[in-house]
Amino acid sequence: MSQQQTKNIITLRGSAQIICEYLKFAMNSVLFQRGLYPAETFKAEQHYGITLLLSEDAQIKNFLTNLLTQSEEWIVNKKVSKLSLIILDVANKEVLECWDFKVEYEEGDTALSKERNETVGNKDLKKIQQEIRDVMLQVAATISYLPFLDRRCSFDVLVHAKTDCDIPEQWAEAEPISITNAQNVQLKSFTTSLHKMETVVTYKLFD
Amino acid sequence: MAQFNYLNELNSLATIDGPLTRGPLQRWAKKTNNENHNPSFSASFKNMSNANISACNQSMQKLSISSNQSCNNSVLTSSKTPTRNDIKKGKKTPSKNKSPGRSTTPTPNKASKTPNKADRFIPSRSNSNYDLCHYMMSREEDKGEEVVAQKAAGEAIGRALTDTEPGRLLQYTCKAPAAPEGYQNRLRVVYSQAKVPSSVKNTTRYIPQAPDRILDAPDILDDYYLNLVDWSASNILAVALNNAVYLWNAATGQIEQLLSLEGSETVCSVSWVQGGGSHLAVGTSSATVELWDCERIKRLRVMDGHSGRVGSLAWNLHVVSSGARDGNIVHHDVRQRDHAVATLHAHTHEICGLKWSPDGRYLASGGNDNLLNIWPIAQGQHYTQTQYLYSFNQHLAAVKGIAWCPWSSGILASGGGTADRTIRIWNVNTGANLNTVDTKSQVCSILWSTHYKELISGHGYANNQLVIWKYPLMNRVAELTGHIARVLHLALSPDGVTVLSAGADETLRLWKCFMLDPSKKKEPTDSKAAKSLLNMNSLIR
Repeated sequence: MSQQQTKNIITLRGSAQIICEYLKFAMNSVLFQRGLYPAETFKAEQHYGITLLLSEDAQIKNFLTNLLTQSEEWIVNKKVSKLSLIILDVANKEVLECWDFKVEYEEGDTALSKERNETVGNKDLKKIQQEIRDVMLQVAATISYLPFLDRRCSFDVLVHAKTDCDIPEQWAEAEPISITNAQNVQLKSFTTSLHKMETVVTYKLFD
Repeated sequence: MAQFNYLNELNSLATIDGPLTRGPLQRWAKKTNNENHNPSFSASFKNMSNANISACNQSMQKLSISSNQSCNNSVLTSSKTPTRNDIKKGKKTPSKNKSPGRSTTPTPNKASKTPNKADRFIPSRSNSNYDLCHYMMSREEDKGEEVVAQKAAGEAIGRALTDTEPGRLLQYTCKAPAAPEGYQNRLRVVYSQAKVPSSVKNTTRYIPQAPDRILDAPDILDDYYLNLVDWSASNILAVALNNAVYLWNAATGQIEQLLSLEGSETVCSVSWVQGGGSHLAVGTSSATVELWDCERIKRLRVMDGHSGRVGSLAWNLHVVSSGARDGNIVHHDVRQRDHAVATLHAHTHEICGLKWSPDGRYLASGGNDNLLNIWPIAQGQHYTQTQYLYSFNQHLAAVKGIAWCPWSSGILASGGGTADRTIRIWNVNTGANLNTVDTKSQVCSILWSTHYKELISGHGYANNQLVIWKYPLMNRVAELTGHIARVLHLALSPDGVTVLSAGADETLRLWKCFMLDPSKKKEPTDSKAAKSLLNMNSLIR
């Protein structure tokens, strides 16, 4: 009985970890699927029962790790509403594509939370991973409609935080971006019962 | 209020400079002056607006007069102003005065008679009033519009970027590097029409580059997930076109319509029974599997068991396995009343590829969840166990093209969709991925040749070609182009010579790409005979 219970409890911290793990895989997937970096610099790994490709480039890895550890803190403290992965043209810094990962905060299991004196959720981890898998498959399928990025591109991640959020070291305020002639595609969303993650891709439509 | 005062002052200053204000005031100006005793610096709003009007009127007047002076058209604002018109009239060259449009009626008499000045004076005044009104009205409105527009733009940006709620936008300052200089996006192959430089090896045998025959396939569904073509061992080709199934006798060229579904139902898959029987299994969009006797053109039975369209079928003796959109595989024993002998929860998405191995030991299924599952046969039965032996997840897109090697047991070829573009060769006895080749194009279907150690694959964008690969090295042997839309399905003739390709361009093309060279076929036997003769000779000696 007790085992059954522990199995289905997700703490706020755990939920944030799931979200950040998803962000890591999703961002790596985007970098690979959109062909931003050479395919040789990616390594295939098995997660959620599917093959995902992770960048082996030390600088990219470092960037994402730092970004996501900080984001995890913010997500736990409900400071972040959205992370945007933007793909820029290296030559003129034009934003060609924007992947929005919107975080929404949910109640979780209120009865259980009261009992345990902290916010907890009760969703089965298997179910969450299944949902994440569905989104990842959709991310992989986007290449069939997204325009071809035929220039040298780089990427950046913008964090949409609350106003009362402190700026840590090595972080700075950023300018809002805009994409001309933009098209939106909403992908599937998933929820950990504490956090809901919505994924939207915005891309520039060329005539 | 302050800015109004300021504007008024500016206007009045501007008009004071004008040359005409020194003359007597106009009638309307006098009128306004009578109404307002202190026109320019009144504090009350009403007065001020009036003052504004008058000030503007003055400036307008100035404008209109200057225009009168520059172009000789007679618009008189004041009777006292000396105009050149009078002079010109005296000269009697009225045609010069007139605008070109009017010069068609240049009778001098008429010109003198026409009360030109009066005629034009009134519209001019009212015109200037209109301008004034418009000026007055639009001045404030413009500001309003600008503000509204700015607000709207701001809102749009806000919606798109900051989620409408205020917040700060942060970035990590240690940026990731850009792609290395000179790096070319490898996805170019997915998007470009340019021909991929292929390493087509010269082979000794001749492969015709043009199709042997082209058949029309109107209304064939352009759906990657269906299997609409099958060629029976008795040389009859079954093709599903939208809601109908047609049988084409490849030997005689006869065409027969087998069935036509009612309403908006469509045929999603067809599959012939093994060994040259006349039974055809038909999967429909209404989640049923129908069994037809094609000799008598008669439906034998309808089998249910699915909750989604049946896009793939495979026979193993008397068992027909069906894969559907619900991700389940159902094994139907067509001899039994309770036909559904087993149901496998095989995939989480639609099943698009389903093939029994020639020895009947394994069933391979590919789905839209990018998985390729291998199911071992159940002990003493002709259907599979409900637990897969292997689940290969290396493909990065839906797995539709699946084919078992006809000469080597347990060797399987599978091809992935647009996001994957690879053909992988598997050994299901060991679970090893023997070879992987990037085809640079969506793989829609795969077949093995029975005569040569070769495979043929049908592709989509960009070239919509068929590619023949040498096994096991996976070198390109030939490329057959001609389809103008992706090659959805492939079928091999029973004699193993002809490959039929069904394209989304609504054509069926027959390629004689595995032709046997008659001289070569005989050669080995001839040389054997010669050898034995030689041996005999040696023996005799």
